[in-house]
Amino acid sequence: MKDFIRIRGVSKHFGDFAAVDSVDLTIEKGELFSILGGSGCGKTTLLRMLAGFETPTSGTIEIDGVDVTNQPPYERHVNMMFQSYAVFPHMSVENNIAYGLRKERTPGKEIARRVDEMLELVQLGDFRSRKPDQLSGGQRQRVALARALIKQPKVLLLDEPLAALDKKLRERTQFELMNIQDELGVTFVVVTHDQEEAMTLSSRMAVMDNGRFQQVGTPKEIYEFPANRFVAEFIGTINTFKGRVAAVAEDGIKVYSTEAGVTLTALGKQLVEEGQEIEVAVRPEKIFVSKEKPDDDDDVCIEGVVDDLGYLGNRSLYRIRLESGKIVQVSSQNRRRSVTRFLEWEDKVWISWRALSAVVLLD
Amino acid sequence: MWKKVLIAAPYLWLLLFFLAPFAIVLKISLAEPVFGQPPYSQAMSLDNFAFLFSDKLYAVTYLRSVFMAACATLLCLALGFPMAYGIARSSRATRSLLLMLIILPFWISFLLRVYAWMGLMNNYGTINSLLLWVGIVDQPIQLIYTDFAVFVGLVYSYLPFMILPLYASLERMDLDLVEAAQDLGASRSRAFWDVTWPLARPGVIAGCLLVFIPAIGEYVIPYLLGGPESLLIGRVLFDEFFVNRDWPLASAVAIVLLLLLVVPIVLLQRYQARDQESTA
Repeated sequence: MKDFIRIRGVSKHFGDFAAVDSVDLTIEKGELFSILGGSGCGKTTLLRMLAGFETPTSGTIEIDGVDVTNQPPYERHVNMMFQSYAVFPHMSVENNIAYGLRKERTPGKEIARRVDEMLELVQLGDFRSRKPDQLSGGQRQRVALARALIKQPKVLLLDEPLAALDKKLRERTQFELMNIQDELGVTFVVVTHDQEEAMTLSSRMAVMDNGRFQQVGTPKEIYEFPANRFVAEFIGTINTFKGRVAAVAEDGIKVYSTEAGVTLTALGKQLVEEGQEIEVAVRPEKIFVSKEKPDDDDDVCIEGVVDDLGYLGNRSLYRIRLESGKIVQVSSQNRRRSVTRFLEWEDKVWISWRALSAVVLLD
Repeated sequence: MWKKVLIAAPYLWLLLFFLAPFAIVLKISLAEPVFGQPPYSQAMSLDNFAFLFSDKLYAVTYLRSVFMAACATLLCLALGFPMAYGIARSSRATRSLLLMLIILPFWISFLLRVYAWMGLMNNYGTINSLLLWVGIVDQPIQLIYTDFAVFVGLVYSYLPFMILPLYASLERMDLDLVEAAQDLGASRSRAFWDVTWPLARPGVIAGCLLVFIPAIGEYVIPYLLGGPESLLIGRVLFDEFFVNRDWPLASAVAIVLLLLLVVPIVLLQRYQARDQESTA
């Protein structure tokens, strides 16, 4: 179904401060949607408005065709997994999971059956009578997940679901969450500050800053075609070159950049005019480093020297200094095993990229 | 070696200042009163205890004391819980100010504060003067020398002992827990009883004990604010010691009071220990 969650013109003010500033968003049924942003960007406030813990200053929120803007949390068919997990410390795993159904006055037999189902789903069958302080962080998180899912909510809200887990567990949990979401078909809305988490988890995501959405789209769209400077810099690393539009042609925009020392080509989804001052951006992994000048004429080639380099195992990072003093970051896969370094400090190199790997950034 | 000495220190303290005096009081309680120095005999009998149980006055006084202390404890809890909750949920800066205000009365002598209540509550005191002046009453209402005055005194004096442990347990509580309960379908009041109350229970128990135990033996407040008929056990104890100079009977009164207090506390501790066992 289209427009399962419909957020229209929602703002939330705390005194003079607009935590969320007239946000519009629609989320489809069964989507795994992420809201990504730094701390204080308003993402948590937005989530809390979906859960019912905050009432919007203006605007409306509809879920499955019902206006829930002023509904208290206990009347919404929305459940939340808290960042702290908020597992009740004085109740056993079983009682934690059953809590929501008990409040609905579901018959005891039904509760027992569904608790068993949930325990199996999150693989906590052996831990049913344990108290939360006898569980690991990952297990507690699964209790929180089961407790929220047992009510068969229309929407599950997840506040920084992976933030408190260590790296290995995070990767595993990420895929578990995706599998559960796939299996149950519940709409997930995830709030996170971790771009990697947002990129891998979500079918679509929104990047938020200053209470507003900077861009909404699939992870790929957002990474490859950032709408503005904020999004480009927030998601991953990016090299930017200041320049002036020399020509607007069919196959891209020609931008002369003194920083780069050459004319760059870029895909400009946005409208630019000749003579306009803009920025052209290229991701570090789109750039190649070589000792000899590459001979492909379509590529952008610039000469520079190695300013710094770092070995990360699976890839290497280079900082290349151009003649203008501009530092360009390059990330290259270490495809071949080699003990000796391919490049050394102050080596003369060429950097190059496919002309259309670059995008135009407007502020 | 040092470890043993360190561990021994508190035991030694208890032995010296609790168990030894207790043994002495116990011994006196078994004696008979005599004129002389010391004012008790070396006899050993349970006569004093038998007398305590035969004279209805003592039983009534014990019960009254327990009742008054229990009521005062409940009043303190009813007043103290919202206050402690409010303090625990206020901003960091306000919080220390409010805690300071709770502790502030301790800087003035306890006796002086009870005297102040006498001044406030007597027939021509501040409260009555105000009521007369406003015209709510035609003649002074009897406030002082009533059970009401005793309750005011007890609640006023012991409220901080309720608030501080309650605050300590509420302050530690994760607010997300209450929201999680609401998120799962509990109304505000339901969430309170399901989450806040059970998690605050250690504080509630500690606060109640801290109020109930001193309140039951309280002497000054009922003496200064209570009426002549409001005989409480602290008063009886005082009179037996200093007015009748019947040390053995007074000691017996004290021993029974101690048992009255120790038994419920031991039961409570056993209950808590079991509770903890099931948690751990």
